[in-house]
Amino acid sequence: MTSTTPAAKPIPLSERLYDPKFRGIIYQVVVLGLLVWAIFIIGSNTAANLNRIGVTLGLGFLDNAAGISVIQKLIDFERSNSYLRLLLVSLLNTLLIASTGIICATLLGFLVGVLRLSPNWLLRKVAGVYVELFRNVPLLLQIIFWYSAVLKPLSGPRELFELGDSTYFSINNRGILIADIIPLSGSFVPIALLILGVIGSFVLVKWATRRKLQTGKDFPVSLSIVGLVVALPLLGFLVTGIPFRLEPAVMGRFNLAGGIVLIPEFIALFLALVAYTAAFIGEIVRAGIQAVPKGQFEAAAALGLRRKTILARIIIPQAMRVIIPPLTSQFLNLTKNSSLAAAVGYPELVAVFAGTVLNQTGRAVEIMTITLAIYLLLSLFTSFVLNQYNKRTQLVER
Amino acid sequence: MLANANYWLKTNLFSTPLNSTFTGLTLAFLILVVPGLLDFTLFSAVWSGGPDACRANTDGACWAFIGARFPQFVYGVYEASERWRVNIVLAIFFIGIAALAYEGTPRRNLIALGMLVVFPIFSVIMLSGGVFGLEVVTTTNWGGFLLTLVIASFGIVVSLPLGCLLAFGRQSDNVPLIRTLCIIFIEFWRGVPLITVLFMASFMFPLFLPSDVTIDILLRAMVFFALFSSAYMAEVIRGGLQGLDKGQYEGGESLGLRYWQSMRLIILPQALKIQIPAIVNTFIGLFKDTTLVLIIGLFDLLGTVHSSIADPKWSIPTVPYSGYLFAAFVFFVFCYGMSLYSQFIERKYGIKGHT
Repeated sequence: MTSTTPAAKPIPLSERLYDPKFRGIIYQVVVLGLLVWAIFIIGSNTAANLNRIGVTLGLGFLDNAAGISVIQKLIDFERSNSYLRLLLVSLLNTLLIASTGIICATLLGFLVGVLRLSPNWLLRKVAGVYVELFRNVPLLLQIIFWYSAVLKPLSGPRELFELGDSTYFSINNRGILIADIIPLSGSFVPIALLILGVIGSFVLVKWATRRKLQTGKDFPVSLSIVGLVVALPLLGFLVTGIPFRLEPAVMGRFNLAGGIVLIPEFIALFLALVAYTAAFIGEIVRAGIQAVPKGQFEAAAALGLRRKTILARIIIPQAMRVIIPPLTSQFLNLTKNSSLAAAVGYPELVAVFAGTVLNQTGRAVEIMTITLAIYLLLSLFTSFVLNQYNKRTQLVER
Repeated sequence: MLANANYWLKTNLFSTPLNSTFTGLTLAFLILVVPGLLDFTLFSAVWSGGPDACRANTDGACWAFIGARFPQFVYGVYEASERWRVNIVLAIFFIGIAALAYEGTPRRNLIALGMLVVFPIFSVIMLSGGVFGLEVVTTTNWGGFLLTLVIASFGIVVSLPLGCLLAFGRQSDNVPLIRTLCIIFIEFWRGVPLITVLFMASFMFPLFLPSDVTIDILLRAMVFFALFSSAYMAEVIRGGLQGLDKGQYEGGESLGLRYWQSMRLIILPQALKIQIPAIVNTFIGLFKDTTLVLIIGLFDLLGTVHSSIADPKWSIPTVPYSGYLFAAFVFFVFCYGMSLYSQFIERKYGIKGHT
């Protein structure tokens, strides 16, 4: 008996249309076609438009002299410096507001989150009102409020000081003014001690953890860290006879001279970003702590652990696993939101580079591409770090 | 009764010496702040009159300023004789929303369809005019709270379906090209600040168009705003898709449903339901973000308040406070209202809340 194997009959197109794989290929071909077409249309339109206004794409303009001055700069910048350096100056300003904002918003946010769970009814309610008030009002409104309603109407230095007056601290419509701190000889001692203390703390924590794992013995780590980081430099500070001098700002003929100035644009942006982001972080922290089942606390208490140990070893590590991912996205939000500075004129990336420089040079394509790329890189970097962290702390499931 | 109150006070405010200290400090803080705030906003406030009344009394907020500028805050510079058209649109908008929010309304599906499909078309005709004998009102005259609502509603209406499509695309394994494009699209918009998106709409996008085509700046801003929001919405919906049990997908397949049928009838309704709180949160964020259009020169509620404050006639120290407090109050009422409604839905359906 001969068995006939069915010949590979070609499947008719009408049946193939119901094959998900075949359909998938069709969809993708269509999408690819549309994409190529869109890119072609956009590309040719852009080329024609640029041609018409007589602009050629290129990054050469970055070397030209910027010819603008910046009200806050972390590195030297003169009007004759290039646009590239201006880009760096504005990026550093973005990073400054982002880093200081993130640190303070995290501290305030954790405080608010813990207060929201406090046994004290009044504190709980006040923290709740804070959260609802600040997260339900647009950030831009808060920035503009601090800037135009609170800081700008303050009296100017001219109304506050006579010619020759000096001041160690002043809040006026030019911002917050603090006296200069001038290091004297011997000032390196406390600074060196501080650096040593920080390094020493890291070593100590490693050593204490290893000893704890090996012998089970506790070491007063937090107390020692306070000693190393605070007491030791303070001691050096006092022993060397307080090697710093405060140099007050003096009212000159036209303006206050000397001193360290925090410009009002920075203060407004900082206050609004911190207050707004802290409200969100507070909610994240609250949810994180509440996500730890009550049984965890009770089990630890049944094992005879002290309240402090329970919090430090049982509750916080588990809560952090829930808190960290949304917290990171809040950090990113704060960084992106710092671009709202454009509304008050704090000289950061968007306000200076995508605003002033774009208006001056008219190079929309290049400038927008660079700006977007910088923000995208920041985001990608943050999510990369977050993924690494997640991998490390993830529960190993079956 | 008294014993109860005593007990409550003891456990909630004075349980330990430390707690009592905190209570005392907080009370002191409140006594320091609240009376002054109430006095400024209510008791000493100027409720009526012109600039002179406010100039005479700078101890309290100048609500008279809000009263004088109220029409501008609502309509922008929309022609006064045509404002009845805005009123009709706003009335239908709020009645529609209320009808949808209330569970007992009959035929909610029909109303939802009307609000999502018919109402936007109707609004465009009513607001911009040019047909049925309605006078044309150019979008440069739209402003104030009207503009805030137009941008926010457009963003919400577009971002929900587009977000669903993007989330589906990101979740489907058998179309790698589409999947990659969706991921790039989502991560791009989520990685850049909204301001740069609006800058793109205002400076870069015109270069992409043929030189004889110009698109209204409001429309450009709205479209880019909607694309930006869809990326965020897509991630929220993806969270819902991932939160569903695998059995739901397999169940759909074993019933012989096609991909879109299974998505529409089984997956999406469940995914959207568990993500209601997160979706509402995204809406709230969107609503607050509309204020950013003032940076590209459109006058939404905040923009009109911001520009009216510069009016020299009203150059009085209390006016900026009053203006911004008013705008903050309006945004707060809407955002907090939405958040309360989402909490109500959460409790009702027993959905676990998100932050």
